[in-house]
Amino acid sequence: MTPEMLSLSNSPGLFVGIMLLKLLVVFSVTMLIVAYATWCERKVIGHMQTRLGPMRTGWHGLLQPIADGLKLFFKEDIIPTEATRVPFLLAPMMILVPALITVAVIPFGPDLKLGGFLIPQQITDLNVGVLYILAFAGLGIYGIVLAGWSSNSKYSLLGGVRASAQMISYELSAGLTIIAVFMLSETLSLREIVALQQQDLWGVCSFVPNWYVFTQPLAFGLFVITGLAEINRTPFDMPEAESELVSGFCTEYSSMKYALFFMAEYANMIVIAAITATLFLGGWSAPFNIAILTMIPGFVWLLLKIFALMFFFMWLRATFPRVRYDQLMRMGWKVLLPLALANVVITGLVVVILQ
Amino acid sequence: MFKAFAKGLSITFKHMLPGHSTTVQYPSVKLKPSDRFRGLHRLVPSQDREKCVACYLCPTVCPAKCITVEAAENDKGEKYPKVYTIDLLRCIFCGYCVEACPVEAIEMTGAYELANYEREDFQFTKQRLLK
Repeated sequence: MTPEMLSLSNSPGLFVGIMLLKLLVVFSVTMLIVAYATWCERKVIGHMQTRLGPMRTGWHGLLQPIADGLKLFFKEDIIPTEATRVPFLLAPMMILVPALITVAVIPFGPDLKLGGFLIPQQITDLNVGVLYILAFAGLGIYGIVLAGWSSNSKYSLLGGVRASAQMISYELSAGLTIIAVFMLSETLSLREIVALQQQDLWGVCSFVPNWYVFTQPLAFGLFVITGLAEINRTPFDMPEAESELVSGFCTEYSSMKYALFFMAEYANMIVIAAITATLFLGGWSAPFNIAILTMIPGFVWLLLKIFALMFFFMWLRATFPRVRYDQLMRMGWKVLLPLALANVVITGLVVVILQ
Repeated sequence: MFKAFAKGLSITFKHMLPGHSTTVQYPSVKLKPSDRFRGLHRLVPSQDREKCVACYLCPTVCPAKCITVEAAENDKGEKYPKVYTIDLLRCIFCGYCVEACPVEAIEMTGAYELANYEREDFQFTKQRLLK
């Protein structure tokens, strides 16, 4: 008997149990990475600026995320009297939820055989996976704009407005770079995109897998840049811009609500790293078709790729200054968008010629 | 442009490698101040008493007016400071008292951890300055 894909119709109890288990594991791993990404970032940036970073809470400051969390948890929760209450309370959640929800479509390993069923190592495989990711990346901005508007402060409002303008400009290019990828894959399902990337490179070299970063290097570069801009990280952290906007959209927030913004920032970073890894770097597949490397479970490779990309983002933050607002807009509309469009056209031509 | 990006990234990466940190873990590791550092004052003792002859040159020269001296005469007929107090809350650590002293009875040490909880703890009396 060939194993069947586990679904709600053929074994409801097992399906729900496994689904809950997967949700729990993915959620806790994501939150753990979020917590320790803050520590890592402070350490990496510290060392790059010839400092040490946190050193005094636990061994090399390892307990710092717990200390930070406790501190923020016990802080006074202030809601400004002039703030619009409901959106003000809603905004932090509206940022964090889309950030976390996107992780659901990231595949983290091959199918497992269990009791005559195939269990996909992915929370859900949507056939519109890439669109889903883009949609939720777009939803995240509502939280920022609402936070900025409802705070009733000019710094927050400017931060929110900047965030929306930046998002619109960069989401276009991000979408177009992804189009180039699925012109090659001819599917929007992330599971199949990963499967396609495990084939031989260009159908000839069996040693190196067919990662889309080799066929689409320009799209990879553009996606990393636009991804950075979309999650508002340096050098594109205009909505926060300490030197001009105090702290941007989260100026008026305190206590756990502020912590939620921070968690969302790092969760977004994980999501962008995971999407980049899945679309361009072969997802959970090993970098070379060697037995020893392919024996290592898929989630290890995925996590390694995510960590490498996150380290790269931190490295960029430690190195480059923030771009000016007009430079940001000019780059988005006059450089990245035409490049992404050209990439789509050229990819289309090549695909048609090769068929 | 890309060359400049790569150069910047390589510089920060080099800084991240071990051995590039310039941080001193202060309370556990302390740097030794230079010999000419102007920290807490010290009254220099001679054989049996302090060198100070209570000439009043240091309270006269002190711009912050933080030194209190009261002179007296001992059994041998020598002039000595019965009271010698420095109010560290007023002291500006200019070192003029050290310069003014004709008998080199006062000097400045490298002690710089001078924070305290009570105002009274900043009154450095003769006994404390002689230590």
